[in-house]
Amino acid sequence: MANAHSADLHAGHHDHAHDHDKHHESFVSKYIFSMDHKMISRQYLITAMVMAVIAAIMSIIFRLQIAWPGEKFAFINAVMGDKWGKDGILDPNAYLAMVTIHGTIMVFFLLTGGLSGTFANLLIPYQIGARDMASGFLNMLSYWFFFLSSAIMVGSLFIEDGPASGGWTVYPPLSALPEAMPGSKLGMTLWLISMTLFVVSSLLGGINYIVTIINLRTKGMKMTRLPLTVWSLLITAIVGLVSFPVLVSCVVLLICDRSLGTSFYLSDIYIGGRPLDNVGGSPILFEHLFWFLGHPEVYIVLLPSLGISSEVISVNSRKPIFGYRAMIGSMLAIGFLSCIVWAHHMFVTGMSPFLGSVFVFTTLLIAIPSAVKVFNYLTTLWKGNIQFTPAMLFSMGLVSSFISGGVTGIILADSTLDIQVHDTYFVVAHFHVVMALSAIFAMFAGVYHWFPKLYLRMMNKKLGYLHFWLTFICAYGVFIPMHFVGLAGVPRRYYTNSSFPMFDNIADINVVITVFAIIGVTSQIIFIFNFFYSMFRGEKAPQNPWNSNTLEWTTPMANIHGNWPGKLPVVHRWAYDYSKPGADKDFIPQTVPLAEGEEDGGGAH
Amino acid sequence: MKLLILIGLILLIIAVHQLLRIIELSREFRKTTEWQVTNNDNSFQGKIMLLFGIVFIALFFYQIHLWGDKMLPTSGSEHGVHLDALWDFNMYMILTAFIITNAILFYFAYKYRGRKDAVAAYYPHNSKLELLWTSIPAAALTFVVIFGLKSWHEITSPSTNPDRIEIELYAKQFDWTARYAGFDKKLGSTDYRQIDGKNMVGMDTLDATGFDDIIVKNEFHIPVGKEVVFKIRSRDVIHSAYMPHFRAQMNCVPGMVTEFKFTPIKTTEEMRKDPYVVNLMKGINELRAKKGEEPVEFDYQLMCNKICGASHYNMQMTIVVESEKDYKNWLLKQPRFKKRVASK
Repeated sequence: MANAHSADLHAGHHDHAHDHDKHHESFVSKYIFSMDHKMISRQYLITAMVMAVIAAIMSIIFRLQIAWPGEKFAFINAVMGDKWGKDGILDPNAYLAMVTIHGTIMVFFLLTGGLSGTFANLLIPYQIGARDMASGFLNMLSYWFFFLSSAIMVGSLFIEDGPASGGWTVYPPLSALPEAMPGSKLGMTLWLISMTLFVVSSLLGGINYIVTIINLRTKGMKMTRLPLTVWSLLITAIVGLVSFPVLVSCVVLLICDRSLGTSFYLSDIYIGGRPLDNVGGSPILFEHLFWFLGHPEVYIVLLPSLGISSEVISVNSRKPIFGYRAMIGSMLAIGFLSCIVWAHHMFVTGMSPFLGSVFVFTTLLIAIPSAVKVFNYLTTLWKGNIQFTPAMLFSMGLVSSFISGGVTGIILADSTLDIQVHDTYFVVAHFHVVMALSAIFAMFAGVYHWFPKLYLRMMNKKLGYLHFWLTFICAYGVFIPMHFVGLAGVPRRYYTNSSFPMFDNIADINVVITVFAIIGVTSQIIFIFNFFYSMFRGEKAPQNPWNSNTLEWTTPMANIHGNWPGKLPVVHRWAYDYSKPGADKDFIPQTVPLAEGEEDGGGAH
Repeated sequence: MKLLILIGLILLIIAVHQLLRIIELSREFRKTTEWQVTNNDNSFQGKIMLLFGIVFIALFFYQIHLWGDKMLPTSGSEHGVHLDALWDFNMYMILTAFIITNAILFYFAYKYRGRKDAVAAYYPHNSKLELLWTSIPAAALTFVVIFGLKSWHEITSPSTNPDRIEIELYAKQFDWTARYAGFDKKLGSTDYRQIDGKNMVGMDTLDATGFDDIIVKNEFHIPVGKEVVFKIRSRDVIHSAYMPHFRAQMNCVPGMVTEFKFTPIKTTEEMRKDPYVVNLMKGINELRAKKGEEPVEFDYQLMCNKICGASHYNMQMTIVVESEKDYKNWLLKQPRFKKRVASK
C-alpha cells in the first residue's frame, strides 16, 4: 500500500527526471539551496570536514599544553594570538575553551550532524529505491540550520571573552554564572543558541529520514530486506527524535537562568563577592536533562557507524552479514536501552544511590546486544574472501575499537568502580575509543566506500592504505596509554598535572600520547588531499566498483535528479546474497528476481 | 628567508603537480585500474593486520610492564580494598574478552585474506550460535551486577556507626575548607547569605552549636580505623571531592549537602613505609631531581575532579591520617569558630 502510494506520488517526479536536460538549474539552486539529497549529503560532509579540522587543531593545542606545560610553542602563539597564547604558552581559560569546543564540535558537528547528515541523506533514498527524501524542502532547511549552528559555534571562537569553556557538558552553575569564568559570558550564550539551532536541524532531518524510510521504499523493499545501514539510520533517527527535544528544554531552562533570573538550576550560591538571590533550583536537574539526551547521543553517533560497517564488512568479506535479524534486533535493543541509562554519568553527583543501582543494571544490559554485534561481525569475517579496500580496513578498525573501548564500559557502568575512575582520563580514553574512534573509522569507511556515489570517481587506494595505517596506529597510540594515566588517578580537564607531585611520574605517558596525537592529526592531510584530488582528478568510477548488491549501485553514474531514469527498480531479495551457492557470480543484486525454489535470505529457518 | 620558504613551497607544489600528471598519464598504459584491490594488496594487508594484532597485544602488555608500578598504591581505606578486588575481577574478565576477540579479528583478517579464485562460505545465520553468545555475556554480567551492587550498597548506605566522625568539606573556586564539630559533636548550621571575609564557609552566626566548630584549610587530619563521614558542600559551582588513595569521590553541589563515608586503614606514616610507595616516591623524586625540584614525601590528597574554572587543576588539600591520639592532639590546637571571628 505504502509502496503503491509512493509510486503515485513520484510519478510526476519521474517525468521530471526525463526533462532534466531541458531546464537549467541555477548555481544557487544546484549548489547552495539544493533540495537534492545527494547535494545535501555532500554539503553536510564538507561542512563536517571543516569543523573536524578546527576541532583537531584544538586537540593538538591542548595536547601540547598537557605534555609540556609551561613550554613555549610558536605554533600556539600563531594560532591563539597574544591574548590566549602569550609567548606561546596557552592561557588556562583558553585551555578549557579548547577542550570544551573540541568536544562539542566532535560530538555534535562531526559525529552527529556530519555522520548522520552525510550518510542518511546519501544512502536512504538510494538504498530504499526512492527518488529523493520525503520532503526536499525540510531536508534543505535541516542542512541550513546545521550550517547556521556551525557558523555560530565557530564565530564564538572570535569574541572577546572567548567561547564556552565549561566542558562540553556545560554543567551549571559554572555555565550559568558569568562571574564563574570568562567563557560563561557571551560565549556561553552563543553556545546555547548554536545548540538550539543544531537540535532544530537534527529534528528536521530525523523526521524526514523516518518518513522516507517508512513510506518511500520501492516495490518489494520489505523492512526485512533493508540493508543494515538503512535500519541503523532509522533507529538513530527515532532515538534522536525521542532525546533531542529534551536537550532543547534543558538549554531553554539554562537560558532562562542566565538571562531572566530564574532558578531552575541555581540555589544557595555566593560568587563574585555577593550572595545570589536564586534559591531552590538544582544542578542535578540539569544533569538529568542533559544526559537524557547525552547518553542516547552516544548511540546516535554509534548506530550509523555500526550500520555502515555492517554493510562494508559484508560486501568486502563477500559473505552475507551473519545473523541479519539478530543485528537488527540488537540495534533495536541498543536504541531502546540507550534511552534508559543516562544516569550512569551521575553515580557520584549526589543522586540517590538506589537510582544509581537501577542504572547500573540497565547499563550493563547494553553490553549484551553489543557483544552479539561483535560476535556477528567476527562470524561474518570467518571463511570470508576478504577484500582489503581502505573502507574494509577502516571497518575492521571499527570492530577492534568497538571491542577495546566497549570492554572498559563494563568497568565504568559498575557504580562501585566508577567512584574511583569517574572523570579521570580512564573515562576520556574509554569514550574516545568506543565512540570517537569507532565513529570516525566508520565515517572514513563510508567516505572511501561511497565516494564513487558522492563524486563519481574513485579515491586513491594506496593513499587510503597509508591513511588507514597511520590513523589506526596513532589512534591506539593515543588512547591505550591514556587508560594508564586514568588509573594513576589523574583527573580530566586539568590545565597541567604539575601542581600535584604525585603525577610527576606519568608525564612521560602524556608525552607519548601527544606525539601520537600530532602524527595522527597530521596524517589526516593525506585523507584531505586524497579526497579533494580524487573529487576532481580521481579515476572514473565504474557502475558497481565493489560488486555490491544494494540499490545505490544500480543508478547511473551521474548525479541526476530523481536518481533512476525511467522506472524505479523493483526489489526481489535481501541485500546480502554474497557467494550464494548456485549463483554465477559471488553477488546477486537486490533487483535480480529469485530463481525457482530459491529462498530469500535473512529469514528464520 | 621568508621569500626563500615561499619559493621552496611553490617549487614543491609544482613538483607534486608534475608527479601527479605523470601518474595520471601513465594510468592509461596500465591494464588494471589503480583502485582495484589486487591479490597482492589482499595478501599484504592481511599479513600486516596479523602483524599489527600481535604487536598491539604485545605492546599492551609492555605498557603494563612499563607503567604498572606508577599507578596508585593500595587502598588507604577499608571499602577501597573491596573495590580493588572487584576491580581486579572485572579487569581480568574484560582483558580476557579484549584479547580473545581482538586476536580472532586480526587472525581472521590474515587467514581469510582474499584470493582471486577463493569462494567465501554462504553462512547467513545460526540460531544456536547466536543464543550461545547472547547467554555468555549475560551470565558474566550477572556476576558483575551482583558483586558490584553489593559493594555499592555497602559504600553508599548511610552510616549507623555511633562512633563516626563527621567532617564537612567545603569547596569554592579554588580551594577547600574542612570543618569539624566541636565539643558538642554537632556541626553548626549554615547560611550562604552570611558569607563574608571572616565567615568563609557561611556559618550561621546565630546558631550556638556552631560556635565551637573547627575550621581548617590546606590540610586536615583524620584518625586511622574510625569511620569518617564527609558532608560535602559547595559555595559557587559544582566541584568534586576526589580522594584517589581512598577510592573516594563525591560531587560538591551548591544548594545541597552530599555525603561520602570511609574508614582509613593506613596512617600516612605507614603508607610512606609501604614498599610499593617507597619505590613510587623514589621514581618521582628522581624525576624531580632531574628538573631541579625539591624531593617530596607521600601524602594523601584531596583534589577537585569536576571542571570548575581557570584554576581547577590546582585545588588541593592534604589529608593526614594518624593515630587517634595524635588526631585529638592536633584537633585541640586548632582555633574554634567563635574565637576565630572574635580574634579578627
